[in-house]
Amino acid sequence: MRKNLNVIAAYSIMMVLILMVGIFQSWNIALSIFNLCLISAVMTMGANIQWGYAGLINFGIMGYTALGGLAAVLISVDPVQEAWRAGGFDILMALWLIVVMVLVIRFILKRFEKSKIRTYSIAAIIISGILLIRFSAEPGVEAIEAVDPAKTGFLGGFGLPIIFSWIVGALFAGGLAFIVGKVALGLRADYLAIATLLISEIVIAIIKHEDWLTRGVKNVIGLKRPAPYEVDLQTTDWFIKLVENFNAGKLSVIENLADRQAALNQLVIEGSSVFVKLCYSGLFLVVVIILLILTQKALYSPWGRMMRAIRDNEEAANAMGKNVVKQHLLIFILGSAIVGIAGAMLVTQDGLFTPGSYRPMRYTFLIWVMVIVGGSGNNFGAILGGFVVWFLWIEAAPISLFLINFFTAGIPETNALKAHLIESVPYFRFLMMGLGLLFIMRYRPKGILPEKIEIK
Amino acid sequence: MDFVNAIILLLNYIFIPALTYGSQLALGAIFVTLIYGILRFANFATGDMMSFGTMMTILFTWYFQSLGVSLGVLPTALLAIPFGIIFMILYMLLIDKFVFKYYRNQKSPPVQFAMVSIGVMFVTQAVVRIIIGPSDRRFFDGEKFIIKAREFKEMTGLNEGLALKSTQVLTIFVTIVLVSLLFWFLNKTKTGKSMKAYSDNEDLALLSGIDPKKIVLVTWVIAGILATIGGALYGLDKSFKPFTYFNNMLPIFAAAIVGGIGNPFGAFLGGYVIAFSEILLTYAYKKFFMYVLPESMEPDSLVQLLSTDYKFAVSFSILVIVLIYRPSGIFKGKVL
Repeated sequence: MRKNLNVIAAYSIMMVLILMVGIFQSWNIALSIFNLCLISAVMTMGANIQWGYAGLINFGIMGYTALGGLAAVLISVDPVQEAWRAGGFDILMALWLIVVMVLVIRFILKRFEKSKIRTYSIAAIIISGILLIRFSAEPGVEAIEAVDPAKTGFLGGFGLPIIFSWIVGALFAGGLAFIVGKVALGLRADYLAIATLLISEIVIAIIKHEDWLTRGVKNVIGLKRPAPYEVDLQTTDWFIKLVENFNAGKLSVIENLADRQAALNQLVIEGSSVFVKLCYSGLFLVVVIILLILTQKALYSPWGRMMRAIRDNEEAANAMGKNVVKQHLLIFILGSAIVGIAGAMLVTQDGLFTPGSYRPMRYTFLIWVMVIVGGSGNNFGAILGGFVVWFLWIEAAPISLFLINFFTAGIPETNALKAHLIESVPYFRFLMMGLGLLFIMRYRPKGILPEKIEIK
Repeated sequence: MDFVNAIILLLNYIFIPALTYGSQLALGAIFVTLIYGILRFANFATGDMMSFGTMMTILFTWYFQSLGVSLGVLPTALLAIPFGIIFMILYMLLIDKFVFKYYRNQKSPPVQFAMVSIGVMFVTQAVVRIIIGPSDRRFFDGEKFIIKAREFKEMTGLNEGLALKSTQVLTIFVTIVLVSLLFWFLNKTKTGKSMKAYSDNEDLALLSGIDPKKIVLVTWVIAGILATIGGALYGLDKSFKPFTYFNNMLPIFAAAIVGGIGNPFGAFLGGYVIAFSEILLTYAYKKFFMYVLPESMEPDSLVQLLSTDYKFAVSFSILVIVLIYRPSGIFKGKVL
């Protein structure tokens, strides 16, 4: 118990902060911060597995998040029959061509010795294959995108409950990680960082511009929800009763019956959105707890010890007969898959998929700040990092506004400098993140909750 | 005649824009490569440092404009660039003193440096946005075109016009001058040679009496000059927006690595490789073929290999291919 005192203290402080937001701002804001903290925690767990356990840098988090989001769309949206009839065949042909191309390349790689001719012929196959696929699929793509472009204009999905997409998102992200890992894992640490960053940009470019699959920058809105809708809740009897009982004290003070009904209606409207957010919190909490149990088990298993051995001394681990390349690939896939889950969760919560919103600042670098600040190699630290950093990211504007007003209290409102500072309040969050990262790296390089390995 | 038209078309839409964009990338890529070769880390704050230098240039441009100082046909920004450079160098030295120096003394691994540079990236981004705001700004004044497309058509009687913007000529000219000066400095002067030695083998360089403090100082000074001029030229040619500058970091990295990181000449050429491949692969050649081929063979489609949306993806794919097949870059990297 005593050993974990700092963990308990850190989490208690975090919870108190979120509760304070609930009391002083509103429960809606507090819960939306809490939900996004949970999603960030899942992302940081994924990044932490790669960086903390194995020392692999993955700056491609954005790409895996987006793929998870894509999974949510492809699973939950109803199939657009008309689009399938219009161009489904061409798309399937193109997919088939891709499979054939990959198989041919694999065959060549297996069959022939490494040589210049082999390299060039593979390059020729890839280039001509891409051209062939592009031109053969083009009529189909155009036909699909012409189907009611204001509403659909894409193939749609499978029409399954969106919850399934959390698993499928993991599979998608893991699949991409397999390819990226095969290509890039041999690179030196900082090259790997740049390569993964750029590959994730390629993924985003594809998601943004392949409208037949993702609707691109036209966004997909109104995804199905695993939670009830606010409008439905507001007309449900048991929910109104629940709200009434919950606020019985407050309501009984109001004498006038009409006023009391109006107050109750207001409370029901507020309560419904809080209730929906609570549903999401419950779902997300389950995911976080399951992942936490699994990652903790993995950390203390022989496999976790092997990963740390590889991280701390690759050559020695190699000499002990551990397959470093294979293990690196495995952990790269696992971590990315977890990030994919988070991406699907994010889209599930928002109910919409906006490819244009995936930017490296928010989905790659911020997550890395979370991992470093929280404590790499320590799952509790990573989750805490997700909470602390996301909380600051959201609350940075009010905090800095308060600080600016505090320090410039003597200066009149009309002062140009003060007005300019207050106008640029939203950008102080970058300053806070940067300074926070720099201070943590300098004075507490292992994070708030450092890695602590106890041999049982 | 059709053939000449086709050539002019390519010049106007591919060659000149690519040469300009390539020059802007090249300056950034040399900046990345110098920091990588001498200070030994991948600087993720590259784009934002460039935007800081450009911001300073813009502030001085506004100041000069308010004083009524101008260069006539040339943009006032040229007058402001030296002041921008001074502030850029001061900012870099400040960052170096309070942030990077500590890790250099600790002999931290490059990964840690990269992480720290992400912190610097966040801070610089905040500073730029707080001072000048996130919006799009144009600060070009003076004569916009050297040759206008319409004038060119009237002059030559061709169908295709050739527009030559003054910023394009300015960019290419300044880049050539700056890069030649830089290579002269690195290859001929004593300081330049000692930088080369320091990059090749730090311990040996220290043994032979090279002062590391001076090397680091000179590196940041050169970096400041490159960052400010590269950023200001990009801003003059297109426009200044902090977010775009952050994004430009990616093709700049691609250029530096494609050319062989740590090798300034490679980075210089890498910039053009990236720029030309981006534009060549995403240009619609329909009009070109209409001029070159006889009427019966004219293409119906746009003859575009990739849609322009994939511009960035092209350069990143090139980078990935280079990383797989030739990790040290086209020109062997890690020699300065």
